Amino acid sequence: MNIYADNAATTKMSRTAIDAMLPFLEDNFGNPSSLYSVGQRAKEALEQARATVARAIGADAREIIFTSGGSEADNQAILSAAATGEKKGKRHIVSDAIEHHAVLHTLEKLENNGFEVTYLPVHENGIVRVDELEAAIREDTCLVTVMFANNEIGTLQPVREIGAICRRRSVLFHTDAVQAVGHVPIDVGANNIDMLSASAHKFHGPKGVGFLYAKRSVKLSNLIEGGAQERGLRAGTENVAGIAAMAAALDEAVADMDANAKKLTTLRERLIRGLAQIPHSALNGDAEKRLPGNVSFCFEGIEGESLLLLLDDKGICASSGSACTSGSLDPSHVLLAIGRVHDVAHGSLRLTLGEDATEDQIDYITESVKEVVGTLRNFSPVWRDLLAGKTSFIL
Amino acid sequence: MALYSEKVMDHFRNPRNVGVIEDADGVGEVGNAKCGDIMKIYLKIEDGIIADVKFETFGCASAIASSSMATELIKGKPLSEATELTNKAVAEALDGLPAHKLHCSVLAEEAIQAALEDYYAKHPEAGGK
Repeated sequence: MNIYADNAATTKMSRTAIDAMLPFLEDNFGNPSSLYSVGQRAKEALEQARATVARAIGADAREIIFTSGGSEADNQAILSAAATGEKKGKRHIVSDAIEHHAVLHTLEKLENNGFEVTYLPVHENGIVRVDELEAAIREDTCLVTVMFANNEIGTLQPVREIGAICRRRSVLFHTDAVQAVGHVPIDVGANNIDMLSASAHKFHGPKGVGFLYAKRSVKLSNLIEGGAQERGLRAGTENVAGIAAMAAALDEAVADMDANAKKLTTLRERLIRGLAQIPHSALNGDAEKRLPGNVSFCFEGIEGESLLLLLDDKGICASSGSACTSGSLDPSHVLLAIGRVHDVAHGSLRLTLGEDATEDQIDYITESVKEVVGTLRNFSPVWRDLLAGKTSFIL
Repeated sequence: MALYSEKVMDHFRNPRNVGVIEDADGVGEVGNAKCGDIMKIYLKIEDGIIADVKFETFGCASAIASSSMATELIKGKPLSEATELTNKAVAEALDGLPAHKLHCSVLAEEAIQAALEDYYAKHPEAGGK
């Protein structure tokens, strides 16, 4: 059986997205800035895509900037807010401990340039507390940036409440919604979101394309200087084929969202129930406030990379937050932030289901993980010490 | 290119000499769970020869493969030869390791040496280094 269960890493392009892309690689290859018809057809497609994308999140087409993906959108949003803040002498930003590195490293860069950042804790369930967020906002706060949904543990942040607080306190609110767009309902107006980042390949669109939503009142500064594309806010000839495919993929994802979410939630619960039978294991992140397809577990006494490679032998593609998979000595900052100690965080497994997953696949995954965890525990000195009572079980 | 050589994957999937020797003559444990790798080596020594060797490892594929290969390299060998085992020999026998995984072969060497030191400490008559 071959099961791709790493949809938070990337998704397979949908047929709809591929079909939407091809005309702009073939007949309609023109540059949208050109005046002749083959260029204007591309321009038209670009503006149609902008309207589609805007509609998907309750925005106005003029509020969408196409980018190379989520990371660029995160960078532009945060650096723009910082530039505006700096002019008013506001050099404080509120964020949290489990943001994606596209946000964290951008904030780090600002910290090196005199900004101060408050990283809110997320507690055991992986969710920011709104009272703590409100208390962290100061007179000199120019931005609150909190992700919509976490990429590792799938937790959904209280975006609506955060938006309301930011509105009341007159602070810009940016959300990295890369894992959420196309999967859970988003309404930037109702949620008081000023800026939002998204990436096409997380919802069956192509890689290398994404968008930044910025409310019309938000002043953006551009990362890339050059031509006047994207109202002068993002230079460079537009990735027309990619943008058209992204819009088609998002349109489809939004149309099927309720049905997909319902199906995935049922499968997710089945998988969680199955994996929870493995002794000394635990679900990471809130049991309910999480993305429909996200299952994240820690298993005591084993290491994640071994787990992934043995699962790969069984045809299952998954992911882990262990140090060995990250290329650093520390396991995932997200798992550490929810209180998993190093030893336990090394034994993490993330399974992110796709819409085509079946019950049979879920049961196969469950049985395979049980078997592989058992195999690895069998020759793990850590597990032996736990069983012998020399060390204490944490999970 | 694959992450690991065929040899590494073979020793990871079918690790040799896995287990425990209850009445081991020497035991060595190195690494810590915080960093993500622990290796434990058990030795049975007879007439100055590594009569048997077993290992347990908590860690990534290259850590498991390195322990497996290290035990293969010293099994049946005289103590004098086992003490000469280097991480380089382990890595070479595995047809190489990715640069950021070389520490796994170092850990394997250290685990073997720790087990040998334990043996020499318990058996001063054997001499040692």
